[in-house]
Amino acid sequence: MRRVLIGIVWFYFLVLLVGPILYLANQSFSQGIEAFWTEVTRPEALHGFTLTAEITVIVLVLNLFFGTMTALVLARQQFWGRGLVSGVIDLPFAVSPVIAGFMLILLFGPDTLLGTFFGQAGVKVLFALPAMILATLFVTFPFMVRELTPLLQTLGTEEEEAARTLGAGEWQVFLKVTLPALRWGLVYGATLTVARAIGEFGAVLVVSGNILLLTQTATLHIYQSYVDFNYVAANAVALTLLAVSFAILTVLEIAKARAETTVAEAGAQ
Amino acid sequence: MKIEVRGLTKKFGSGTAVGDVSFVVHEGELLGLLGPSGSGKTTVLRLIAGLEIPTAGDIFIDGKRVNDLTVQERNIGFVFQHYALFKHLTVFDNIAFGLKIKKWSRRDIEQRVQELLALMSLEGLGGRYPHQLSGGQRQRVAIARALAPRPAVLLMDEPFGAVDAKVRQELREWLIRLHTDLNVTSLFVTHDQEEAMEVSGRIIVFSKGKLEQAGSPADVYEEPATEFVARFIGSMNIVEGVVRREQVQVGSLEFPAPGFPDGQKLQVGFRPYYLKVAEDPTRYRQQAKLRHIYFLGVAYRLEIETADGLILRSRMNKEEFRRCHFTVGQAVSFAVTHFRILPQEGATAAIGSETGTPITGPLTP
Repeated sequence: MRRVLIGIVWFYFLVLLVGPILYLANQSFSQGIEAFWTEVTRPEALHGFTLTAEITVIVLVLNLFFGTMTALVLARQQFWGRGLVSGVIDLPFAVSPVIAGFMLILLFGPDTLLGTFFGQAGVKVLFALPAMILATLFVTFPFMVRELTPLLQTLGTEEEEAARTLGAGEWQVFLKVTLPALRWGLVYGATLTVARAIGEFGAVLVVSGNILLLTQTATLHIYQSYVDFNYVAANAVALTLLAVSFAILTVLEIAKARAETTVAEAGAQ
Repeated sequence: MKIEVRGLTKKFGSGTAVGDVSFVVHEGELLGLLGPSGSGKTTVLRLIAGLEIPTAGDIFIDGKRVNDLTVQERNIGFVFQHYALFKHLTVFDNIAFGLKIKKWSRRDIEQRVQELLALMSLEGLGGRYPHQLSGGQRQRVAIARALAPRPAVLLMDEPFGAVDAKVRQELREWLIRLHTDLNVTSLFVTHDQEEAMEVSGRIIVFSKGKLEQAGSPADVYEEPATEFVARFIGSMNIVEGVVRREQVQVGSLEFPAPGFPDGQKLQVGFRPYYLKVAEDPTRYRQQAKLRHIYFLGVAYRLEIETADGLILRSRMNKEEFRRCHFTVGQAVSFAVTHFRILPQEGATAAIGSETGTPITGPLTP
C-alpha cells in the first residue's frame, strides 16, 4: 500500500512537472543553442523581459509598502470593518485574473468617471503600463499581507514596548524592532509576489492590449510566439522565465525555513 | 528616586482595572505589588511606565509629575514578564539598545555593557542570541537591558514568572543582592505571596483594582487589614459567628469581642500555627477528630474536625509532631492561642482608627 502511494506521487510528479520541463528544455534547444540565443535576444523578447522586470519591480515596491502597512493595521488595530477588509484581501486568490483585468477595463473605460478624468489629464491608463501595474497589483496584493499578518500576531507588541521604555521613538521602534522581526516574512512575501508578477498572464493580457514592443510582457510574448507558430521562440523565452522562477523558488524555500525557525523561536519564548 | 501615585484610576471600556489607588515607593526601596491575576497590579506598573494612559490620577517620579511625559521621556527601566528580548539581536546588542538610542559613544557603550555582563554573571555570553540562553539567563539579560541606561526607577512585571521553581529561588536571592548593591528604586509585580514576602522590603496587596493593604511583609502577614489579605497571604483559618454578650460564638468556640453589639455577624481568623492540637483529650478544652495529616517537608499540617463540623488546619513543627503519636481518626483536644477579628466586607481597612480597631488577643485554653 505504502509503495503504491509513493509510486502514484512519483508518477504524478514526473508526468505533470518533470516531463513538461524536460520536453520544454529539449524543444528550446532543438534548433541548436544559437537559435535559442537568437530568440531570447531578439528585440521583442528583450522588450518583453524588460517590461516584465519593470512591472515586477514597481509592484514589489508598492506591495512591500502597502502590504506591510495593511498587515500592521490588520494585526494591531481594532476598527469597524476589520473582518470585511481581512476577508476581501483574499479575493484575488479566488477571482480569475481575467475577471480582474476585465474589472479594470470597466473601471477605466473611456465612458467612466475615472476614465474621463485620466483621459482629460492626458494620462493613458488602459493598454499602457499603469493598467498593467494595477492588474498585477490586484493579483499579488494578498501575498505580503497574508505572510506578515500572522507573523505580527505571533510577535505581539512586547518587544516594541520594551524598545519604547528604552527611549526609542516610533520610527526607531519600527526600523530597529518590528522590521527586523519581520525580515524573513518580508523575503517570503516578496518572493511570492515576484514569482506571481513575472508569471501573470490573464489580467495583463486583458488590460494591456498585447501591443508588440509596447505592452507585450514576457508571458504575452510567449503566447504571441506560440500563436504565430514560432515554437522555438515560445520555448526559449518560456525556458528562460522558468529558470528565473526556479531560482526564485529556491530563495523562497530557504526563506521559508528561516521564517519557520523565527516563528518557532518566537513561540518558544 | 521616589515614585508616588495619587488617585490613580484606569478604566477599560466599562470595566475598572485600577480604581483610585494611592501609594508611595520610597527612594531605594524594593517594593512588591502583590495580588491575584486580574487584580490590576500589572496595569499600575504599566501606568507608571507610561505604557498606558490613566483615566484619572497623578503619577510622580522624583517629585515631578510625569503624566504628560511619554514612556520614552520617563527614564524608567521595565522588565517584561516574558522578557521581550530582541530576538534578532545578540545579548550585547540587547543590552546596548537603550544606550545606542541615547547616543552614547561606542567606548562608553562597550564599557557599560561589559560592566553589566559582569554584574549579571553573564560574562562570555555577549555574542549569544536570546534563544541560545536559559530562562534564568534571559531574565538577567532583560534586567541588564533595563538597567543599562541608568533609569531613575526599575519596574518589573512578574520577573520570576517564566522560570522553573529552582531557578526562581536563585533569582530571588540574586535580585535581593543586586538591589542591595545598586539601590535603585524598584517596583515589582507578583501573584506569588511567598515571593513578595521574601523579596520585598514592603508589600502592597491588590484585589480587584483596589489597594487592600500596604506594609512590611510581617505587618501584612501578622495583621491583615482585610479578609481578602488574610485569605490571600499565607494560610488562615477563617470562621464566622454571631456576637452574644461580647463573645463571637462559633459552635462551641468563643472569641472575646468587646464593644460589638449582640447579633452582629463577625469573621474570626487565626493562623494554623496558633491552633494547638494535643493527643491528650483533656489537655485543651475543645474537642475534635483528627481527619488528616499532611507532611509539608519542614513541618506537618493537621486537619481536624470539630463536633459542629468545622474543619480547621493546624501547623506543627517536626519535633512537636514526633513527641505526639497521632493517628488519623483519633480524638484530639485543641485551643486557639491567638486570633483576629477580621474587618467586615465593605468596611475599609482601618488599622488603629477609632471605629475599626482590630481586636486580637490570646485565648485562655
